[in-house]
Amino acid sequence: MATMNGTNGKAQPFSEQTLWMLAIRDRRDKSAFGKLFDHFAPRLKGFVIRSGAPAGQAEDIVQDVMMSVWRKAHMFDPERAQVSSWIYQIARNRQIDILRKEGRPMPEALKAEGNDTEPDAGQVLALEQETDVLREALNRLNPDQRDMIEKAYLGELSHSDIADATGLPLGTIKSRIRLGLERLRHELKDLR
Amino acid sequence: MSEQISHHIPEALIAAYAAGSLSKAYSLVVATHVSMCDTCRASLMAHEAAGGAVLESVAEEPLSGDLRKNLMDRLDDPIEYEADTNTPDGIYPGPVASALRSKSVKWKKLGGGVRQCIIDMDREGSARLLHIPAGKPVPEHSHGGLELTLVLQGGFSDDTGHFDVGDVEVADGDLEHVPTADPGVDCICLAATDAPLRFSAFVPRILQPFFAI
Repeated sequence: MATMNGTNGKAQPFSEQTLWMLAIRDRRDKSAFGKLFDHFAPRLKGFVIRSGAPAGQAEDIVQDVMMSVWRKAHMFDPERAQVSSWIYQIARNRQIDILRKEGRPMPEALKAEGNDTEPDAGQVLALEQETDVLREALNRLNPDQRDMIEKAYLGELSHSDIADATGLPLGTIKSRIRLGLERLRHELKDLR
Repeated sequence: MSEQISHHIPEALIAAYAAGSLSKAYSLVVATHVSMCDTCRASLMAHEAAGGAVLESVAEEPLSGDLRKNLMDRLDDPIEYEADTNTPDGIYPGPVASALRSKSVKWKKLGGGVRQCIIDMDREGSARLLHIPAGKPVPEHSHGGLELTLVLQGGFSDDTGHFDVGDVEVADGDLEHVPTADPGVDCICLAATDAPLRFSAFVPRILQPFFAI
């Protein structure tokens, strides 16, 4: 079991993905990036092909997305987003850029650079657990429901079709992310 | 920050935004509201978590042999950090402020003291700012499809309720409403529709402003 750097030397059983991403963010660790690549790049390729990218373009997109992960690592915050959510969002942005030839409007970034504080291990772990629950819920869906959910998040459904695509329990993960946001607002207020 | 917001973005629109399947105009309203509302930001991030779960579960595709090496070789390339331009300006949250900065936009009179400024228009829809003088109504109008109206300054009321800064009104094509700005301060809203603007010569001139709402 790997340990988190910096937190009083205490071992934190964070997921491998989170630990890789923190090593990339905090130490520009290339071998951690290699591991993250080996895990995500083949999935990303499958994902972008399924969501409509021509096979010839798929690897370019995978490359762009993984390069963004390396370059934007300072934006990663495990208290509010899991590695897979964060990469999902980068991948969708990249595909929309290509499709529409311009970026989509994005919400304001959550935090300014350079005010990193120690992650709250309890919050990170709780969010990881909620994400596991979500993954299990996805696996338990019947094939039709699952297909619908996949189509929705691959960007194949219109918003009126999405209204019918239910089946994933998002309530608890929302509350958990909300707690992370409240903590951040509190920190930002203290900084002013 | 978001404690007073009582009218939020519908769940399906947040999911569609997360999935990247919303038009640019609606995306602008969602991104702007999320910048003002932590409840909807948490919703958006929950949908991104669901998207991440889907990403984890799709079938892997084998990569070409040199992809990994090419990428690893580029990790030492210098990184140019771009300044964050998605930042607020006065009453305009980041997404609106950056749209206004990136192109020259003009305010135009719509009659009755109401002014509008189109910030984005394409085949899928349009987004505009509306400026309604305090206490004044927007001329009665109906619209083809879904209309999202987000309050950025002041507030307004219509048959469906009262809307304050940060609130979003979601109106479908059937709703004929007469929004009236609150007294005291002019109301400024961001509004998006999926109906393309039609400034056709066949539309009587006097009706044009209303088609453009």
